[in-house]
Amino acid sequence: MSKGKIKIKINGKKISCSEGDTILNAANRAGIKIPTLCHDYRLEPYGSCRFCSVEIKGMARLLPACTTPAADNMDISTDSETVQRIRTRLVSLMLSNHPNDCMRCEADGDCSLQDLAYEYNVDGSEYGGERWDLPIRQANPFITYEPNKCIVCGRCVRICNEVVMAGTIDFTGRGFNTVPDTAFRTARTLSNCEFCGQCVSTCPTGALTDKKGRGKGRAKDFKKVRTTCGYCGTGCNFFLNVKDNKVVKVTSDYNGPVNHGNLCIKGRYGYDFIHSPDRITKPLIKKGKKFVEASWDEALGLVAKKFSEILKKHGPDSCGAFSSSRCTNEENFLLAKFVRTVFKTNNVDNCARV
Amino acid sequence: MAVTKTRPKTELKKLLIKVCVGTGGLAAGSQAVLDKFSRQLKSGGIKAEITKKCTQRTGCRGFCAKDVLVDVIRNGKKSTYQFVDTDKVSRIIKEHIIGGTPVKEWLAGPEYEAFHSKGTKVLLKQCGEIDPEDIESYIETGGYKATKKALKMKPEQVIDLIKKSGLRGRGGAGFPTGQKWELCSNAEGSPKYIICNADEGDPGAFMDRSIIEGNPHSVLEGMIIGAYAFGASRGYVYIRAEYPVAITRLKLAIKEAEKKGFLGNNIGKSKFDFDIRIKEGAGAFVCGEETALIASIEGARGMPRSKPPFPVYQGLWGKPTVVNNVETLATVPLIVFKGPKWFSSIGTKTSKGTKVFALTGKIKNTGLIEVPMGITLKEIIYDIGGGCPGNRKFKAVQTGGPSGGCIPASHIDMPVDYESLQEIGSMMGSGGMVVMDDTTCMVDMARFFLDFAQNESCGKCLPCRVGNKRLYERLKDITEGKGREGDIEFLLSLAEDIKISSLCGLGQTSPNPVLSTIKYFRDEYDAHIREHRCPAGVCEAFRKYIVNAEICKMCGKCFKECPSGAITWKRKQPAFIDRDKCVKCGNCYEVCPFHAIL
Repeated sequence: MSKGKIKIKINGKKISCSEGDTILNAANRAGIKIPTLCHDYRLEPYGSCRFCSVEIKGMARLLPACTTPAADNMDISTDSETVQRIRTRLVSLMLSNHPNDCMRCEADGDCSLQDLAYEYNVDGSEYGGERWDLPIRQANPFITYEPNKCIVCGRCVRICNEVVMAGTIDFTGRGFNTVPDTAFRTARTLSNCEFCGQCVSTCPTGALTDKKGRGKGRAKDFKKVRTTCGYCGTGCNFFLNVKDNKVVKVTSDYNGPVNHGNLCIKGRYGYDFIHSPDRITKPLIKKGKKFVEASWDEALGLVAKKFSEILKKHGPDSCGAFSSSRCTNEENFLLAKFVRTVFKTNNVDNCARV
Repeated sequence: MAVTKTRPKTELKKLLIKVCVGTGGLAAGSQAVLDKFSRQLKSGGIKAEITKKCTQRTGCRGFCAKDVLVDVIRNGKKSTYQFVDTDKVSRIIKEHIIGGTPVKEWLAGPEYEAFHSKGTKVLLKQCGEIDPEDIESYIETGGYKATKKALKMKPEQVIDLIKKSGLRGRGGAGFPTGQKWELCSNAEGSPKYIICNADEGDPGAFMDRSIIEGNPHSVLEGMIIGAYAFGASRGYVYIRAEYPVAITRLKLAIKEAEKKGFLGNNIGKSKFDFDIRIKEGAGAFVCGEETALIASIEGARGMPRSKPPFPVYQGLWGKPTVVNNVETLATVPLIVFKGPKWFSSIGTKTSKGTKVFALTGKIKNTGLIEVPMGITLKEIIYDIGGGCPGNRKFKAVQTGGPSGGCIPASHIDMPVDYESLQEIGSMMGSGGMVVMDDTTCMVDMARFFLDFAQNESCGKCLPCRVGNKRLYERLKDITEGKGREGDIEFLLSLAEDIKISSLCGLGQTSPNPVLSTIKYFRDEYDAHIREHRCPAGVCEAFRKYIVNAEICKMCGKCFKECPSGAITWKRKQPAFIDRDKCVKCGNCYEVCPFHAIL
C-alpha cells in the first residue's frame, strides 16, 4: 500500500490519515472511540462481531471499522441512530445465547460483554429460543472452557493460529452451533496444546479462564503488580494478581514493550513456586552435614574466598563460568566480564550457545 | 430380434440414438437404457453397419421431469421418446428403428416442444447434443474456435469485447464481467488466478451442473479466454463434491484439452501458459461466496472475509483473482465467437443475453430452461412451464434461491432482469425458480428457507449466526400455532438489522424470503397468528380434522386410510371424524382428493 495521505470525515470532524489505514485506526488516532469486541490489536482484523460497524454515506449497509480501509472523502458516522440500533441489536442477540449468570462468573468485572450489556441496557430475553447447554471442559491442568459463555468472536482461535501457531483450536460446527474447540473435541493435552493461555488472555468473556485461579477471587479483589518474568532473558512483562498477599494468577500486560501481552506457559502458569514451602528464600551454607541459614554477606564472602584460593593454587584456567539463557543479555555480559577480568580466563559459556 | 444381416446397410448408417445421461437421466435409469440399446442392436446384427455414435452419450437437455429421454434420429428424422425404460427398448428398436414407424404413444408431447422452442437456447444449445466426453464432438460444432480467435487478439481487446457485450455475472449479483476482468488486469501482483465457481448450492438449482455435465469444454474455454484477457496463469474450478458426474467429465475434459494443446504451456503458440485444477468442495453452502470459496481452496475453513479488499485485488493466496460463475464463463466463448453485438441484441437495456433457470416446485414442466433476459414471469410459468399442476392457482414464485424473494402472482407480468427483480425485493440469484400454488403456505415457505440459511451459516458473524436462528425460531413458532401479536414487527425489524449488518451475501440476503412474504402475504401471517389457521392448509398445528360435509364426495378414501378407527363412513354418507379417537396423523388430509378435510 502506498502511504499517501487521504482526508476523511468522522462524525463531521475532518481527519487526515494514511491510505490503507482502517477506519478503526484512523478514528482511534483522532480520539474517536469505536467499541470493538472481536478486535485484538495483536491479531489480524477479522470483522466477525460487527460491533464496530459504522455508517458510511452512500452505502446501504454498515461496514465494520476494523476491516474496512479508509478511502478519500469518506463520510463516516460512528454514532448515528442506525449504528446505535445495530449495536443494541448485537448485544441483545449475544445475550440471547448466553447464561447471563454474572453473579457466579469468574470473569465478572473483567468482561466486555457485561460492560456492553450494562451500557446498552439489554438482556436478550425478547428472543426466547434455544440456548447452548454444553458441558464445561476442564480435563487439563490449566484452562477451563465454558462454551456456553462463548460469543464466538474467534479471538482464541485466531491467537492460537496467528500468534502462537499451535493450531490447537478452531471453529467446529456450523450455523448457530459454531463453537471454537479442539479437533474432534478431545481434551487438551501437551500433544495438541502448548498451554500458553494466550486464548485465555484474549477471551473477552468468561468462556476461557485460568483453572488454577478459579474461585480464588475476581477482578475487583485483586491488587495488580506489574513485574518482569524471571524465566528467560526475553523480559516479558505481566501482572501478578495478588489477593491477601498471595499471587492468585497472572494476567497480561498489553502495554508490555517486549511482549505486548503475549506470554508462554512458564510466564502465565509457572508461578506455583512463589508460595511453595520448599522455596529457599535465604542463602544456606553447609556446615558439617547440615545446611545452615546465613546472611548474603556471609555467603558471598565464602564464595569469594574459596574462588580466590582455587585461583591462587591452580591458576586462572582452573575456573570458569556457565551462564543461563534465563539471564538477560546484560547479565550475561556482566558474567563474561567478571570471568575475564576477575578470574582472568576465557572459560565462559552459555547454555543458549548450542 | 427380427433384424437380419441382409437388411440394407445404407438405411441404418444414418441411425443415431441419443440417450440423456445427465444426473437426472442417470437417476431415472438411463445407463441401463443405453446399455440395452447397444446390446440389442449388437445382438440384432446391426453392429457392423453402425458407427460408435449410435449410442452417443449426451448431457442434460433440461427437461428432467420426462427422463429418460431418448432421441432416435433415423435417416435424418428425429423423434424424441420420453419416460423410456428398459422394457420399452425392444419395441422402439423393433417398430421404429427396424420398422420405420415411431412408437407414437411414447413420444414426447407438445409440452416438450414448448419447453425447448419457447426459450432461446444459446448456452444450452450444445447440451444434450454433443458428447461431453469427447473433445472432438465439441470441436466439430465450432468448439475452441473462440479461444483461437481470442489468442490472436490483444488481451485488452478481449476485455473490451466482453465489456461491450454487456455480460453480467450469472452467479447472482450481476457485476459486469468485463469490468471485473479489467480491474484484475490492472491490479498489481502476480501470479493472477481465475476461479470458476461451480459450488451450486441453492436448493432446487442445477444449471451449473447441467452445463458442466453437458458441455464441460465451454466452461474451460471461458476460463482460458478470461485468463488470457487479464493475465492469469492458473485456474481453479471449485465444484461441489456432490456432483460426481460433472467432476468426472470435467477431469476428462481438462485432460483432453491438455492433449490438444488448449491448456498447458505456450497455448496456440501465443506464449500464453495456463493450466486448470479442480478443487472439490466439502458441502458448505457458504463456499459459493467468493471469499469463503477462496479460503476453502487455500485449505482453511470456508468462512468469508470482509470486502473490501475485493478478490480482484487480494484473492487466492493474496493475489489478484477473478471468481466467475459457470454460466458466465460458458457464455464467454459464444460472445467472443459471435461478437458482442450478437449478444447484446438479446435481452434488455441493462441485462443482456440469456439466463438459464431451474424451474421447479408446483409446476407441470419442471426442468432447465434458457430464456432471454426481459422475458416476463408469465411466459416462463405458463408458456414454458405449463402452469401449476392440477390447474391449481399460481400463487408466487421464489427466485434466487434462499437469498431471493418471493414474487406474488400480481407481479406476473414483470420482466425478469437484474434490476426489476431487485426492485421487487428479490434477486436474480444463480437461477433457481421455485413455483408455488395455492397449496403452499407462505409462512411455512419462509420458515423452510430460513431453516436452510441458519443451518448453512458459517457462524462467523453474529447477526447471521444468531439472528437467522432467532428469525427461524419465531417463524417456526408461528407455523406451530404459537404466534403472538407483535411477531410480524419483531420479524421485520430483526430481518432488516440482519440485512444491513451481516458480513457476507448469505446473511445480507437470507432475510429476503421473510421480508418479501410479509410484504406480499401479510394476511397469511395474520391468519396464523390471530385466527389460528393456515389458509393453505399446510401447517399441521392448525388442522382441525373435521370433514366439510358440503364438499365431501363420500368416496371413503379417508376411512380406509385412518389408522386409529376415528372415521366413520358409509356409502352415500359423508365421513365423520371422531376427534377423541383421532391421532392427528394427517393421513385423511393427505388422501382426500377434494380437500374436504380441514
